[in-house]
Amino acid sequence: MSTIAWIDVALRGARPQAMGALLRHFRDLDLAEEAFQEACLRALKSWPKNGPPRDTVGWLVLVGRNAALDGVRRRKREHALPGEEALSDLSDAEGPLAEQIDDADYRDDLLRLLFMCCHPELPATQQIALALRIVCGLTVSEIARAFLVTEVAMEQRITRAKKIVAAERIPFETPSAPERAERLPAVAAVLYLLFNEGYSATGGSALVRVPLCDEAIRLARLLLRLFPGEPEMLGLTALMLLQSSRSKARLDAQGAIVLLEDQDRGLWDRDRIAEALAVLDKALRHARPGPYQVQAAIAALHARAPRFEDTDWAEIEQLYAALERLQPSPVVSLNRAVAVGKLRGPTAALAMVDALAKDLPGYFYFFGVRGALLTDLGRPDEAREAFDRALALAKSPAEAAHIRLQIDRLTRKKESAP
Amino acid sequence: MLYAILCYDREDVVESWTPEQDGAVIAQLDVVTDRLAREGRLGPVVRLMPTTTATTLRKGQETIVLDGPFAETKEQLLGFFIVECASLEQAIATAKDLGQASSTSGSYEIRPLRLLRPEAPRP
Repeated sequence: MSTIAWIDVALRGARPQAMGALLRHFRDLDLAEEAFQEACLRALKSWPKNGPPRDTVGWLVLVGRNAALDGVRRRKREHALPGEEALSDLSDAEGPLAEQIDDADYRDDLLRLLFMCCHPELPATQQIALALRIVCGLTVSEIARAFLVTEVAMEQRITRAKKIVAAERIPFETPSAPERAERLPAVAAVLYLLFNEGYSATGGSALVRVPLCDEAIRLARLLLRLFPGEPEMLGLTALMLLQSSRSKARLDAQGAIVLLEDQDRGLWDRDRIAEALAVLDKALRHARPGPYQVQAAIAALHARAPRFEDTDWAEIEQLYAALERLQPSPVVSLNRAVAVGKLRGPTAALAMVDALAKDLPGYFYFFGVRGALLTDLGRPDEAREAFDRALALAKSPAEAAHIRLQIDRLTRKKESAP
Repeated sequence: MLYAILCYDREDVVESWTPEQDGAVIAQLDVVTDRLAREGRLGPVVRLMPTTTATTLRKGQETIVLDGPFAETKEQLLGFFIVECASLEQAIATAKDLGQASSTSGSYEIRPLRLLRPEAPRP
């Protein structure tokens, strides 16, 4: 790999924390981004000659501050400037600065940066786009490709999102414990949104979307290192690792969805599963259950089953029941019904599913599940009706292809019947 | 003498490698470890899971179990090689060879070791 590629990776790795520190320093997103950009340019010039610095983040923050301050002075902007003594001599100052920004600062800086992206006025997709642009440093064209919009449209969206965020007065002081406790779940939610955007097959090719999942996991690990004892952060990290461990098995060569029961478990990423199980174990020790931990525990039961037939449905059903209590939603109830179907048969499951009809009128999976249960019950005409509804609600070619497959099976069964 | 070559590097950087970049590093390391194995000098090669999987037990009058690695450092212990080396010079040369695999800024700590239970089977 070339030197430039290595530097690029180092810059990517340092970006979230460096941007967080620069934002606290400048209290302005555009200035912070400009400073980081300039620091990256200088890194590309200096590192091939001098080698990468030991404290990449500290180096970028210091150089970024220096460079942007020059620019600020030139434009005579009215901003509170920091003490100059820390900035006078780069080579001497690198050491002390690294000490100045300790992990406690980085922790709150990163949390603040991510928290800004979860602004309640922003729709979910813009929260994700903003996080990808600012925190992860993906280019506008990369983000546009992942969301299947033009670069111009994405540029406008991000600019608009930045304006909304800038209008909000986010405090730059060290947050209090309650503030921190309030920020962490919001940040966890945006990470999970980011992950699901990459994981769901609603658009774009796997090639452009898998990196979104990897970015979400990277940020989750980073946050977890800064908040090591948060059970729900542990749970979320485990959940994302477990779901992503199946990414190679869940689409076939034609891009159609492969159901869990049909997946080649040999394609599951065992390293990710092992890491997830270790992280989940740590979470459970705290005995403070939450929705991410329960969902991770469900995913872990699937990961532990060598074959689909070995799945512990009784345990899964109980976990979904726990999730219903923690976070009631018809989608959770639908999943519980699927588990009940495996455990006690399609009749019991169908009764539960039908009770959800009015809550999930436009939900693709509702009709998919209903169709599958009716097929199992030998009621092909009603099954066909449900699959047709699902087909109309499919949001991607993969979803549509999956339902067509079910309809084909149904038709074949009918033809082969005496 | 047996040496442990302990690899310290920035975890946030290593985690930013793409699977291809990660694979390229491992392939480079394999070139060196294959040679060491042929020379009969290679012991266990260990890649530690991320520090997010770590738990620390603090001994004392009352033991405390903490989430996270033992020490919060800028560079983390990511793995190690156990290698038979005739001298410190050879151990340093081996670590240099391993270091060629990636051009990150990490460090190798070279520590001679003794096996207390050489007969203990691997789990």
